[in-house]
Amino acid sequence: MDSNIALTMRGICMTFPGVKALDNVDFTLKKGEIRALMGENGAGKSTLIKCLTGVNKFEAGEIHVDGIEGPIVNKDTMDAQHKGISTVYQEVNLCPNLSVAENLYIGREPLTKLGTVNRRKMNQMAAQLMKDLDLDIEVTKNLEEYSLALQQMIAIARAVDMESKVLILDEPTSSLDDNEVEKLFGMMKRLRDQGVGIIFVTHFLEQVYAVCDGITVLRNGTLVGEYTVEELPRVKLVAAMMGKDFDDLASIKPEGTMDLEHAPLEIEAKGLSHSGTIKPFDLEIHKGEVVGLTGLLGSGRSELARVIYGADRAQSGTLKVGGKEAKVKSPIDAMNLGMGLLPDDRKAEGIIGDLSVRENIILAMQAKAGIFKKIPMAKQIEIADKYIEMLQIKTASRETLIKRLSGGNQQKVILARWLATNPDFLILDEPTRGIDIGTKTEIQKLVIKLAQEGKSLIFISSEIEEMLRTCNRMAVLRDGAKVGEIGGDEMTQEGVMHAIAGGAAHE
Amino acid sequence: MNKIKKITKMQLFLPIFSMLLVMLVNVIYDLVSGNAPFGFFSISTQVTSSGNTILYGRLIDILNRGSEVAILAIGMTLVVSASAGTDISVGSVMSLSGGMCCMLLAGYGVTNVSEYARPLWVGIGAGILVAVVCGLFNGFLVAYLNIQPMVATLILWSAGRAIGLLLCNSAIVYVRVPSFQFFGSYVGFLPTPILIAAICVLIMALLLKFTALGTFVQSVGINKKAARISGFNSAKIILMCYAICGLCAGIAGITATSRIYSADTNNIGLNMELDAILAVALGGNSLGGGKFNLAGSIIGAYTIQAITTTLYALGVSSAQAPVFKAIVVILIVVIQAEPVREYFKKLSAKKAAAKEA
Repeated sequence: MDSNIALTMRGICMTFPGVKALDNVDFTLKKGEIRALMGENGAGKSTLIKCLTGVNKFEAGEIHVDGIEGPIVNKDTMDAQHKGISTVYQEVNLCPNLSVAENLYIGREPLTKLGTVNRRKMNQMAAQLMKDLDLDIEVTKNLEEYSLALQQMIAIARAVDMESKVLILDEPTSSLDDNEVEKLFGMMKRLRDQGVGIIFVTHFLEQVYAVCDGITVLRNGTLVGEYTVEELPRVKLVAAMMGKDFDDLASIKPEGTMDLEHAPLEIEAKGLSHSGTIKPFDLEIHKGEVVGLTGLLGSGRSELARVIYGADRAQSGTLKVGGKEAKVKSPIDAMNLGMGLLPDDRKAEGIIGDLSVRENIILAMQAKAGIFKKIPMAKQIEIADKYIEMLQIKTASRETLIKRLSGGNQQKVILARWLATNPDFLILDEPTRGIDIGTKTEIQKLVIKLAQEGKSLIFISSEIEEMLRTCNRMAVLRDGAKVGEIGGDEMTQEGVMHAIAGGAAHE
Repeated sequence: MNKIKKITKMQLFLPIFSMLLVMLVNVIYDLVSGNAPFGFFSISTQVTSSGNTILYGRLIDILNRGSEVAILAIGMTLVVSASAGTDISVGSVMSLSGGMCCMLLAGYGVTNVSEYARPLWVGIGAGILVAVVCGLFNGFLVAYLNIQPMVATLILWSAGRAIGLLLCNSAIVYVRVPSFQFFGSYVGFLPTPILIAAICVLIMALLLKFTALGTFVQSVGINKKAARISGFNSAKIILMCYAICGLCAGIAGITATSRIYSADTNNIGLNMELDAILAVALGGNSLGGGKFNLAGSIIGAYTIQAITTTLYALGVSSAQAPVFKAIVVILIVVIQAEPVREYFKKLSAKKAAAKEA
């Protein structure tokens, strides 16, 4: 083995029932290198990592790690750790109510002669470790007193202290803000300089270019290629991930937008509110219009939509749907008026994990039809197959449990659930969160297509860019209240930022 | 080999396997003790003292005695699935239902009649109705007041039997009328309880096949929040499950009362809630709610009865039987436990690998 190679994987194959998850994949990581592992949802990133850490058993192929003779097969993550392969996940898997030092040495505490934990020594070791990594942390304080970013870094510190040669960071930046991401990158670079090989899994393209040296791209379980950052500029990376030329995203909106001002109103909300979440607001949505809800996280974006849909019951105000006064006491009322809601928390409010893809797709239809009008099996199969085909849902079969699908494909199933009810008014709350760029574009295109068919939509997203591409108009929220609307010329990145921050001219 | 793998992967494999295991014990016992080798399975006819020809045999006995638990298991399966909890009041409600029925048929305060005080259908109707009301009460507490199922049903677990006792003026009320005894005796040559249980199971199976009941109940059981957003009224569905469970307890209660043509409120359905819960678990259903398999629960119910009957056949006294029953149940539950299954899977994989090499 070449002496500056930390890890090589050769010809890794792995099959899940009905799906070839990895097909002859190679992976090389040098010492002192940060390598991005990129690919769309379902490309095989997680599977490859799990093969490496022993969570999944691969069927063919070899893994070599620097310093160990012959190919290795890890039994589990502990085994992998002993061989110098550590993983830090998106969620911090530490104990918030223990001290930083305790968290660092849990399970391998230095002992006194009597066999009790030598706290003094443990704290000393922890402090030294923090110093080595240039982290300003009081090791005797409880973990929960530090920000998520610092907790993540402590998790990394714990991992590297176990003499890691290979450090795997799986989506570590998802819950961090820009400042915290910077700090994390600083630490990654220091570790790199100490000779650790780092595998960095992320969805954020810009972060790849901010910190990585090399990029490995997977698609559909096969290796597309191993590149240096210089060889693979952004557009080429996206093309490599998607396997097709990058659509010009800006051009998905039809030229010469329709005159929506005079289109009939689909939704007219007057003074709707829900105590504690959203103050009284007015909102009008025309047929064929996409209205974006924008504002900071927790500004009441989701809550406003939930009140219209009846997920939270309105405590004041009136709602007209299609010109008629409507009483919406619960989601089923809203559904009978032609509404649908794709919730932002896919796991908690979207999927029914233990039911199949088919059952999840027909769920809302069945709820509308009622308990005694079971949709005939032949019809269920027809509908499920139609949407699996139409939205290109990647699943082994229509009877696969939805929890076995990747996040993006789960989202498509929920989307299919609502499209199957043929709604007039659809609320999409963060439909593209945690979804790869290819699927994102597909969903955005779908939104515009639905609007062209005369449906009305509410589109909620944290990414202003994608809202600008899809929305005709935006409502701005701040601290649980609707504070204004922007449209026309103000619909620019800057205009929206300005409105969110406050001080928009027309308030 | 592949075929065997497929069979072992089936959801019903383990419940059926457990049932067969219990039967095997019987066969071995028969062989050892020198009886006819398959005496366990033999079904013969007998002429009763009243001159009727009836079916007779251990298998028939198991089906007959297991009827009440099988009926209860239907309702319990739905309750477990939808609310991730158990209805521990069913045994008590059985007794209450029987007490209500006999009190009306005999008249309040009368303890022994050979003629109805009211038409039969009034007694049975009221008995079942009171059980459904109990189910609705449980369901209301669980679904609308968010009380934990165990605590909510604890109320009727302790009160149901006592109310039954009050209705019967603290006495055993005998209704010695042949048409009342019918539900616990024989229809032609077949024990009536077998027929009642079969009809109940059939109706539920048809409901599951031809309505969306299964989808509704399982969706709510798996993810209540998501089910609500998708248009299900979770509270209503949970309420319905408890009402059905009450209905089943009522039917089982009338059957049990009819067997002894008397409302022995202190003993009818005693501890039967535990058998019903066990039946659901033996059927391979998770007590954590969600997906369910009705067939599994029913097989589970008869397995429990098979164990009891087997023990009696082996000559274990009724006082000691629970000990052996517990041992058998432990074995069955352990076989079905996830880690044990994983272990056997690994073992067979190793064997296969060794063969290849």
